[in-house]
Amino acid sequence: MNINATLIGELIAFLVFVIACMKWVWPPIIGAIETRQQKIADGLAASDRAEQDLRLAQENAKKQLIEAKAQGAALIDQAKKREAQIIEEAAVKAQAEREKILAQAKAEVEAERIRAKEDLRKQVAALAVAGAERILQREIDEAAHSDILEKLVAEL
Amino acid sequence: MASGAELTSKEYITHHLTNWSVGEGFWTWHVDTLGWSILTGLIFLFSFRAVAKKANAGVPTKWQCAVEMVVEFVNDTVKSTFHGKSAVIAPLALTIFVWVFLMNLMDLIPVDFIPYSAQLIGGAMGYDPAHVYMKVVPTTDLNMTIALALGVFILMIGYSIKIKGVGGFIKELTTQPFNTPWLYWFNFILEIVALLAKPLSLALRLFGNLYAGELIFILIALLGVWQLPLHFPWAMFHILVITLQAFIFMVLTVVYLSMAHEKH
Repeated sequence: MNINATLIGELIAFLVFVIACMKWVWPPIIGAIETRQQKIADGLAASDRAEQDLRLAQENAKKQLIEAKAQGAALIDQAKKREAQIIEEAAVKAQAEREKILAQAKAEVEAERIRAKEDLRKQVAALAVAGAERILQREIDEAAHSDILEKLVAEL
Repeated sequence: MASGAELTSKEYITHHLTNWSVGEGFWTWHVDTLGWSILTGLIFLFSFRAVAKKANAGVPTKWQCAVEMVVEFVNDTVKSTFHGKSAVIAPLALTIFVWVFLMNLMDLIPVDFIPYSAQLIGGAMGYDPAHVYMKVVPTTDLNMTIALALGVFILMIGYSIKIKGVGGFIKELTTQPFNTPWLYWFNFILEIVALLAKPLSLALRLFGNLYAGELIFILIALLGVWQLPLHFPWAMFHILVITLQAFIFMVLTVVYLSMAHEKH
């Protein structure tokens, strides 16, 4: 157990090992560890953020779905109303058309009737004159008796 | 007891506790201590350097994981004790921890394995096998542990002077605990004792634990067949001791150096 030159040798070895460790071993390893720790921390933060984003997106989607449903329902309501309106309008129009056609027909019938009456009256007048001529067997002064005839015709 | 029945127990133990020495007087070199400590140091440096070269922040390989666990463990220990900024202390702590651990680990190799192999090789090379000595655990050599503690001590003094200045360091040694000029000489004696106790306790603690452990391994090896059931529990217990001693040496180094950094 004597102290001797070995001590000096070991002291030098110790010094060399520590310097070598300080220069070539420690910095790269601790650097890699710290970089990886940073990366892991970043990754965890990113996953947290992504989770929050996902939740937000889901909420958004739900909201949009409800909105779309409401919009769809409103559209259907509107369409139904429009349908009823169109049917009503068509009915009104058809009624008006019907009345117009009916009135036209009535007017035509009336005109026909008036014309026929006129014809009939004229023929009756001629017939009456002819009948009277024959009954009297003589010439009747048409001019003198025209007022009577007129009255007769008017009575028809 | 591999070296044969011609050795007595005392001779066997002495043989195991003698270093392979070259040189005379102070200039004696313990070739085995130097060789095994430098070998284990190189194993540490190269295995860790292999990771450092390929270190990246991606998915680590298994060996990289293992090395990083050690590095992070040392880094956490240093950070929890030492609050200043220093590029030296953390690598120093890592070197001490792993190097001392590996040197202590040599203790778990069966006590006769390497010395007996050395005797065979020495004998084959024409030396007298009885005079081929091989002590494989460098930390059971006081030269080794004192060298480590002395390295730490030099750093302590260096940092004290760097942080506090020569005047500040001298003031720290003389003005406490009794802050009266009459008692400065007394303070100085107390503080010098406290200062010197730090490296001395570092060196002697490691040496004592490992020397005792090694001695018990040798004694167990003397028991013949009975060494088998005894060797195993002692080796298991020793795994704890060698790790703990490496850890204590590292932690105390960091504590002493952070004390040197503090201003009072």
